[in-house]
Amino acid sequence: MSEIKVALIGNPNTGKTSLFNRLTGLNQKVGNYPGITVDKKVGHTKLNNIIGAEVIDLPGTYSLNASSLDEDVAVQVLSDKTNENYPDVVVVVVDIENLKRNLFLYSQVKDLGIPTILAINMVDQMTVRGIDIDKQEMEALLETKIAFVSSKQNKGISYLKKLIIDFKDLSVVPCFIEEPTVFSVLAKDDKKKHHLETVRRYQFIKSVLEKTYRQDPQNAKDLRSILDKVLIHKYFGYLIFFTILFSIFQALFSWSAFPMDYIDETFAGFSEMARAHLSEGVFTDLLAEGIIPGIGGVVIFIPQIAFLFLFTSVLEESGYMSRVVFLMDKIMRKFGLSGKSIVPLISGTACAIPAIMATRNIENWKERLITILVTPFTTCSARLPVYAIIISLIVPAEAKFMSFNVQGLMLMALYLLGFGMAIVSATILDKVLKLGSKSYFVVEMPNYKLPLFKNVAYNVIEKTKAFVFEAGKIILALSILLWVLASYGPGDNFNNAETIVSQNHPNHTEEELQTEISSYKLENSYIGIMGKTIEPVIRPLGYDWKIGIAVITSFAAREVFVGTLATIYSVGNEEESTIKERMRNEVFQDSKKPVYSFATGVSILLFYAFAMQCMSTIAIVKRETNGWKWPMIQMFVMSGFAYLTALIAFQILK
Amino acid sequence: MKLSTIADLLKGDRAIIKSFNGIDIPLKLIEMGCIEGNYVEVLQRAPLKDPIYLNISGTYLAIRIEVASKIIVEKL
Repeated sequence: MSEIKVALIGNPNTGKTSLFNRLTGLNQKVGNYPGITVDKKVGHTKLNNIIGAEVIDLPGTYSLNASSLDEDVAVQVLSDKTNENYPDVVVVVVDIENLKRNLFLYSQVKDLGIPTILAINMVDQMTVRGIDIDKQEMEALLETKIAFVSSKQNKGISYLKKLIIDFKDLSVVPCFIEEPTVFSVLAKDDKKKHHLETVRRYQFIKSVLEKTYRQDPQNAKDLRSILDKVLIHKYFGYLIFFTILFSIFQALFSWSAFPMDYIDETFAGFSEMARAHLSEGVFTDLLAEGIIPGIGGVVIFIPQIAFLFLFTSVLEESGYMSRVVFLMDKIMRKFGLSGKSIVPLISGTACAIPAIMATRNIENWKERLITILVTPFTTCSARLPVYAIIISLIVPAEAKFMSFNVQGLMLMALYLLGFGMAIVSATILDKVLKLGSKSYFVVEMPNYKLPLFKNVAYNVIEKTKAFVFEAGKIILALSILLWVLASYGPGDNFNNAETIVSQNHPNHTEEELQTEISSYKLENSYIGIMGKTIEPVIRPLGYDWKIGIAVITSFAAREVFVGTLATIYSVGNEEESTIKERMRNEVFQDSKKPVYSFATGVSILLFYAFAMQCMSTIAIVKRETNGWKWPMIQMFVMSGFAYLTALIAFQILK
Repeated sequence: MKLSTIADLLKGDRAIIKSFNGIDIPLKLIEMGCIEGNYVEVLQRAPLKDPIYLNISGTYLAIRIEVASKIIVEKL
């Protein structure tokens, strides 16, 4: 089957992604553009029985005068014939309600000399808004073919496909000027020339619309003005915003508890099953003690992560996020941030990596750098596993405070703590950093709309999948490595464990002896030796060497913490029980006091709240700031601070 | 004819954009329709008075006072 290369381009909020989903369905994948970390979505579709299309969804952009890296991708792809993504045909997706601005981008793309189709989206709104378009006249003036589509109602898609098949019939004559000026952020630009060309293009579009576009201006009291009255009200606005945040966190904890418990028990069951049905040996041990608990450690957090992505993408899709930017700009500016920083800071609750990438639309370098540096403080979903398990160990599930679940409140407090730290460090950075760069702020306030279930679902599935597989790879590899390190050890102490233990405890029953042997072995294994080596450093924080092992391994990624403990504790004990029970019963070897006391719990929570334990984030920061300087400073400052607060907290609380 | 800047307008005011210095204004704002002759309507001020929420010839956007004070308009 031959494939036509189609590029989709359009302003943000034009329903471009919905159209992309309509065209490609589940047949899509996300990658990176070569050399940069901007998301690249590519999907495949069948146009008819013999021709297919490869559809590339370019990042949303207002023009080809790129002012951010995101927009630059579109410029690079469309202006360079040797680019691997250079399309056969471009579909410019525009929104029927804002043709004037949308056609600006169209006119620039059209002038590049690539066959270009104009897809006017949201035509279901045409009658509601009293809009009338003279399609033939517009096609003639813009030198193109127009498809009226509604990705929401699945209309006009087959006509659009037909236009794509016949792309060779499209005119490649520029509609406005022969030699368009296309600017990349990498090129030195000439502002005056841009300004003049922009104004002239607008005049051209105005003349086209005067001849072809009519609207009855009778929708003053639309949904937008009603909702805006409430949502960005000087008091209600903030009240609503914080209520939404609060409910999200409450929901996260209570809704995901049930599936998480279920997954926890299921995986414990799998381990038992493997042990019962497979013959004894190294492989069975590896499976039951390394691989299954390792996978379980990832799978268990799917419910929480999925809920988080669900909430953030609903807020984004509905148009509410822009209102939050508007509400928060002045406040955020006091801390050296921009209103736009609120998006990274909120999406940082899912994962710092996309959040740091989302800083790309902050035009001012200082505001952007500060946002990048403080975003890892916001509580990402990788911390949830650690928080969830520690909170449930130190706070009883039934505890209530003014009829709120205390576990939920504690989690909320940790989120606020992370956010507070981000704000405080931003303020400090704002004072410390000497970077003069001009700040400006232009935010589109899109129309409110009901989020399309399909788009939200794609988003949740895609991002959860990315998290599970990205984190999963690291976690599984570490689980296996850990199992090996825990199952083997140097010298006689490890190899002759059975003999040594039975000689020292002649009166033990067989069962007691087995438990004693396993824990003796663990202590003398490679990992036990590593954990004990660092024990003097972490003991003041209230940790034993087993937690020490988990801290070491989770420097790669925080969520590894729980998996590591799962591995350590199941290696140490043959009896089946879930990880929480095991942690509850854990005692210090010398004092016999419970390891997971309130003081140690708080110390762990604080350490994980502040320490920079995520290799992927470090990699992204390096990429976004173009060097090792900022990620290294970030890591040492954050982790040093984490150690200090954990130390102080434990010493006070113990 | 009374000239002022967008920053001087009150909520609900409508005006026509008269002039501004293209070097001081972000190109993005021009691309979004902030050009001479277009109308602008102040929909709302943020709770702390800044930024300012505008309808510029059908495009809804928020800009900061600092930039708004550089765009000269004629109040309708």
